[in-house]
Amino acid sequence: MSQRSRSVALIATTALAAAGLAACSTPEPSPGVTEDTVTVGTHTPLTGPAAAGYSSISAATKAYFDYVNDNGGINGRNIEYIVKDDGYNPATTSTVVRELVQEDEVFAVINGLGTPTHSAVVDYLNENDVPDLFVASGSPKWDQPDTFPNTFAYNANYIVEAKALATYAQETWPDKTFCVLGQDDDFGTDFTTGLVQVLGADGLASTQTYSVSVQDVVAQVGAMQAAGCEVNFLATVNGFTALALGTAAKMKYGAQWVSSSSGGDYPTLVGYLGEDVAPLLLQGFVSSNYLPFSPDDAWVALFQEINDEYNDGAPFSGNKIYGMSVGYLFAQALAKAGDDPTRESLLDALEVGALTGNGIVPLGFSTDSHAAFEGVGITVVDEGVQDYVDGEIYTTDAGNGPVEPYTGEAVALEGDGIPTA
Amino acid sequence: MDRLVFLLGTGLARGAVLALFALALVLIWRGARVVNFAQGAMAVVSTYVAFEVTSLTGSYWLGLLAALLAGGLLGFAVERGVMRFASPASPLSGVILAIGLVMVLQSALGILFGPDYRPMRVPFDDRAIVVGGVPLLSPYDLFVLVVAVVVMGALAVLFRWTSLGLQMRAAAFAPEVSRLLGVRVSRTVTVGWVLSSVVGSLAALLLVPTSLGLNPHATDSLFVLGFTVAVVGGLDSPVGALVGGVVVGVAMSLVTGYLGAGLVPIAVLVLLVLVLLLRPAGLFAAAEARRA
Amino acid sequence: MTGRQRLPGQRPLLRTLLVAAGWTVVALGGTFALDPFRNYQLALVAAYLCATAGLTVLVGATGQLSLGHAALMAVGGYGFALTRNALPFDGLPAFVVALLAGALASAVVGLLLGLAAARLSGPYLAGLTLAVVIALPAVASTWSTVLHGDQGVHIAFEGVPDALRRVVALEQWQAMVAVVVTSAVVTGLTVLRGGRFGLRMLAVRDDEVAARLSGIPAGRVKVLAFTASSVAAGVGGAVLCFVAQTVSPGAYTVGFSLLLVVAVVVGGLGSILGAALGSVVIVLLPWLIGRLTANLPADAAQRLDGNLAVLVFGLLLITVMAVAPHGLHGALVARRRRRPSPDVPRPTAEPAPRKVLVPTEEQR
Repeated sequence: MSQRSRSVALIATTALAAAGLAACSTPEPSPGVTEDTVTVGTHTPLTGPAAAGYSSISAATKAYFDYVNDNGGINGRNIEYIVKDDGYNPATTSTVVRELVQEDEVFAVINGLGTPTHSAVVDYLNENDVPDLFVASGSPKWDQPDTFPNTFAYNANYIVEAKALATYAQETWPDKTFCVLGQDDDFGTDFTTGLVQVLGADGLASTQTYSVSVQDVVAQVGAMQAAGCEVNFLATVNGFTALALGTAAKMKYGAQWVSSSSGGDYPTLVGYLGEDVAPLLLQGFVSSNYLPFSPDDAWVALFQEINDEYNDGAPFSGNKIYGMSVGYLFAQALAKAGDDPTRESLLDALEVGALTGNGIVPLGFSTDSHAAFEGVGITVVDEGVQDYVDGEIYTTDAGNGPVEPYTGEAVALEGDGIPTA
Repeated sequence: MDRLVFLLGTGLARGAVLALFALALVLIWRGARVVNFAQGAMAVVSTYVAFEVTSLTGSYWLGLLAALLAGGLLGFAVERGVMRFASPASPLSGVILAIGLVMVLQSALGILFGPDYRPMRVPFDDRAIVVGGVPLLSPYDLFVLVVAVVVMGALAVLFRWTSLGLQMRAAAFAPEVSRLLGVRVSRTVTVGWVLSSVVGSLAALLLVPTSLGLNPHATDSLFVLGFTVAVVGGLDSPVGALVGGVVVGVAMSLVTGYLGAGLVPIAVLVLLVLVLLLRPAGLFAAAEARRA
Repeated sequence: MTGRQRLPGQRPLLRTLLVAAGWTVVALGGTFALDPFRNYQLALVAAYLCATAGLTVLVGATGQLSLGHAALMAVGGYGFALTRNALPFDGLPAFVVALLAGALASAVVGLLLGLAAARLSGPYLAGLTLAVVIALPAVASTWSTVLHGDQGVHIAFEGVPDALRRVVALEQWQAMVAVVVTSAVVTGLTVLRGGRFGLRMLAVRDDEVAARLSGIPAGRVKVLAFTASSVAAGVGGAVLCFVAQTVSPGAYTVGFSLLLVVAVVVGGLGSILGAALGSVVIVLLPWLIGRLTANLPADAAQRLDGNLAVLVFGLLLITVMAVAPHGLHGALVARRRRRPSPDVPRPTAEPAPRKVLVPTEEQR
């Protein structure tokens, strides 16, 4: 490096520093909350290989918030939702979440998506006392109130889901051969752990894994066929559920498929498989869910209206219901956090169990538990319609607790779907 | 035994596509001494063209035709518009320009079409023919194999017996001398790019319907695998591409079947390292090319 | 490269060290002027600079292009994190030991890759290193008992040392540590390139046969150059791990590897100052574009977010290669040269290596 280039770079550094100073803004006493707005943010993949299937969630949440804002907001405040693309890259997540917290000064981070991505920021958010609400991942990791007091889960965790699905499968097809195809990460491992809890150590005739970087599951599906598998559990994301079913069809291998909710959304699967063949391949397809879901449900009708009006009528799928349900839950938390919400009052509202959400099972939030849904209902596809199987709702825990049927009512829609204190 | 037969069949079908893609890399290498890192991204652009045309007209074959045309045009445009800036003295400048092109094409596709996977249909039954309880190749797999062999044969004829093919080979090996002998080197280079881009597009078009679907990143892994095939077979050798494709396809299938899908990228890396260290010019390279 | 009084980069060791110390002090002082987020960005720039400086020295001085420097950063990050978690003590000693372990890990991997690299020319090496990055997630999930698959390895949070807690904020402290480590790496690379070894690298790059005839062990020079470059990248990865407290394969993708190449090319191949400018560009540009697209309607923002930055980087890469192969650094120098410069002797203001991209064997 020459003397001159050095001085130029010095100027550049100084300029950077000056830009930094200029961008400093005066901090507010309660970050993200003003007289008439509350600003929250999220990180989610909008680009890159993982964006397919996820990018529509944040748009749905935003549409719900727009609906709330147009109807007077929560306690007189509009909810501003800042969506940051992290491309499912944990390094980018670190950067954009710091940007949300330090530059945009958000009140809370909600529905940060992905286990590896959110793992990169969960420490940071807790160290900085930022509420980290409704993480969009089924990892059991988010339910650790002692380690991560600010972090609250949203999805039913993979173990709970697997235990419920395995119980249903065992009751429905007691004499069949069970197998599993799982992603080669925590998702697959946790899900398989849950299956083994119910089915026993020798309950799975074949355990296959796939890697997202190899878009070919012929060898795995072939192995399941060869092992005589009749009921196949899937710990797969939507794309690989479609790939597994398509591959099996090509091999003329007929089996019962039972998928985690992470890879069991009918409209999304139709997107992958095509509208012509999807109803055939997906006939009898079993999955689970914990949100309002039935085509004739009042919540679903409301969300469809909101989707048409505030989301340009984007194709309606489970992701839209999911995104809007997250929005509803946050709005409810905000409503319960008082007229002048603070980060403490927000977390308190969650921990005293004041929230109902809009799921089919009660929320589990308390001082001891940061898990949202500790149970799921079983869904099945029949003639192109995915709906709950009547009376098949199970609750359980992430450990070796029993799986019990749940008979309570789902949370009913009240008024216009805007929570009040 | 059944399992082995099944895995070999699967590997063969996958290998044919890899071989075609590798052939595209070989074509450019022979024509311009460039490894085209943008081959995958260019092919995915043509595949989007096919997808749009097929959606509009309902005809797979029109889509195929459109993709091949688009591939040719794109090859021409890339050679004239981007690659001509590559410094003739440096293999790196070509690589870097191609990387820039990958970024431009993939992000542009992302902006235009979004990140969703789109399903693509095939013109034949893609359900496997079951022989003795073992699902073997499907009619579609056979179609892919036939296409690969026909393209391979046509190119062999081109390079061996036509004046254009001979000129291309001459221009690639000794551009200065060829120029003195009256070969229009810049034209043969352009032809090489067009041909290569057409073949690459064809490979992507055949592969995408068997994978997750069409997405801006649909050919990411195809490129690395195709590159491995080209290196295994020798960047100079079309026959090597065919054999390399089958070797890599079958190896991948066996690794997935017996060791696990997660090991495939590692196996590819190991194969690449071994071939590069033990036989850098590939298994089928002509002797004079070995110093590459 | 004839007719030059002093070879590029050659300068007395003492001067190099003084300059480096001066720079470091300036940068450390600068952290006091920055808010936390910009200190975080500064730490990122510093960590990226380790890798890009290593890469630019490799490309500029030996003509080898690696698309695998992201993987080498990951190796350094894993070495750092695993060692840090295994150590029974905290604080500065733990940091230093873990950092050295990260450097060592990347040196070993770099040496192995370098052995292969020394026998390969441009496109082959680029393809091989690309395969290395692609294999990284598979490696992490295959040995997941140690590497924890795609979750990666986390290290315990460690705040600002007690003595400084009143004066320095967390992000500022992280930026300071990153700056100090990076300046050590960059100084090391500068010294390496300015000394005998630098001359050997240039000799091998410009004419390998001639270099061999003059008794230079060309193979060994290439291997060492690749290893040194890997160590720089590995230390960068360790610094990133220190800042983010986590290292995972998803952070070191092909896209990131290509971004490092963008930084090096845009800054000017072979120039360490260029690498610094390039690192600033790859940190600030996505952030700036994110700020610009934030005000667009949701649908457009969703499509442009992320994609637009990659599009701009791709166009930058092509434009720079086509129009200004010496990058930002070259442009700066060229502009300055038009004015008379009495205080600095011309040769030092020469754009780093003039023949950055060199023919390899097969072109001859």
